[in-house]
Amino acid sequence: MLQKLKSGIVESQIFKSIFRHGYPDNDLDRAYAVFTNVFLHIHPVKVRRSALRMRYTFCLGGITLFLFIILTLTGIWLMFYYTPYTGLAYRNIKDLQFVIFGGNLMRDLHRFAAHGMVLFVWLHMTRVFLTGAYKAPREFNWVVGVVLLVNTLILSWTGYLLPWDQLAYWAVTVGAKMASYTPFIGQNGPWGPQLGFLPTNDIMFMLLGGTVVGQNALIRFYVLHCVVLPLVVTVFLAVHFWRIRKDGFSGPL
Amino acid sequence: MDEKVTREIFPRDSRKSYGLVELMKKSAPIIRKEPEDTVNVWPNLLMIEFICAILVTVGLMVLIQFEHAPLRSLADPSTTPNPMRAPWYFLGLQELLVYFDPWYAGVVLPGMIILGLMLFPYLDTNPKGVGYYTYTERKFAVFNYAFGFSLWWVTIVIGTYLRGLDWQWYWPWSNHLEHMNPALVTLIPLHIIFMNWFHVSEGVGKLITDILFVGYFAVWTIIPMIVWKPMYKAMGLWRYLTFMFFFLSMMGVALKIVFRLLFNIKYVLVTPWINF
Repeated sequence: MLQKLKSGIVESQIFKSIFRHGYPDNDLDRAYAVFTNVFLHIHPVKVRRSALRMRYTFCLGGITLFLFIILTLTGIWLMFYYTPYTGLAYRNIKDLQFVIFGGNLMRDLHRFAAHGMVLFVWLHMTRVFLTGAYKAPREFNWVVGVVLLVNTLILSWTGYLLPWDQLAYWAVTVGAKMASYTPFIGQNGPWGPQLGFLPTNDIMFMLLGGTVVGQNALIRFYVLHCVVLPLVVTVFLAVHFWRIRKDGFSGPL
Repeated sequence: MDEKVTREIFPRDSRKSYGLVELMKKSAPIIRKEPEDTVNVWPNLLMIEFICAILVTVGLMVLIQFEHAPLRSLADPSTTPNPMRAPWYFLGLQELLVYFDPWYAGVVLPGMIILGLMLFPYLDTNPKGVGYYTYTERKFAVFNYAFGFSLWWVTIVIGTYLRGLDWQWYWPWSNHLEHMNPALVTLIPLHIIFMNWFHVSEGVGKLITDILFVGYFAVWTIIPMIVWKPMYKAMGLWRYLTFMFFFLSMMGVALKIVFRLLFNIKYVLVTPWINF
């Protein structure tokens, strides 16, 4: 009877409209499973046996992607409980710590996955460097990778402000102050004042939406952290993966 | 269904082995090995990725049992924590503020690191060493990467463990609650040292540092052009000059750190606009 139920489901029009192949227990359906699936078709259908060896990539790029996915999921969860308003932000985090079920778990996961992502981006870059995988024809993918590294760092930094505690406030204050030293376009930078840049119109003002870290800075960092930068990262990730497939894998794959 | 299949020259059959075939000009995707040496991504590779994801999740879960996301007191613009530490991945840059003015340590140098990293594939003309780990075939490239990131990590370690109140140097056994007397260390620009050594005016002292600064870049750009001619020839003039600019800047940062820590040199070059 179970067999009948199973075949009833599997042969139904609904099931067939979703999965365009049978269960991947034979070579044909295994091939279909990979290349008819939008998420799996990032892979080729077949790889060399030697590509299964872990000691070439150590899965570093994949782990980075996985951490990014964890960050996206936990980040969306945290967004439900967070208000980007200086009067509430800190209390929201306290609520996550002491009131909301699973709040600590999600916040800890988000925090440490973020540290991990920075670390694994760097490890992945080191692996790519040591195996010469950035050389022709893959030069540009390395450039895309550096863009992703920079975006990862900025994502981490913008997220740092959101809890609105002393750590957040001063790390961002000091970091933003750096921007005021930018040559030509910063109030404190070489040739900045000479070109007419003041505390009220220079690059730091643009970054913070004010002369100090306040409500405007918080909403800017919030939008950058939750919308702009994840979108930028996603687009560049798509390019990054696409180019790996098009240029071919550097190693024994 | 049956009618459809008969129209195909090779009927679809799940007992057969299937793969995608691509026509390539020079090299096929799988050229060195027999096709039989390939395996299906489902389930072989996917299983590895799946296990990897599980291990990362478990690792994270274990980690957060011991360490929690920090939360200090509410942001207070009137109380500055001392010392104020940036997130660890920016501690290297924060530490560099000790050795350089903020416009360089905080803006120009990070920009140069990013640009230098992006340009590296275009400056590395050595065709060897693609697809396997090797040091012997590309010693200089590996040296560059290792040196640059050693600098990055060493400054992070210094910033994390060896800096205390007022960002002064504290050993692990120093009293971290007591302010150090900043008057114990006098920082001097290099040209004043030359003024005292050679008994010359400020103008001449600065001229010496100007010559040394420009000379450092000029001499070290020219010497390898003569000594390592094949490398220079392979790179071509512009690629070589670009590379040397980044390479000598990186070495210069390391040199400045040494000068500052060992000889208390504040600036090696003073100009009316910017100082290094």
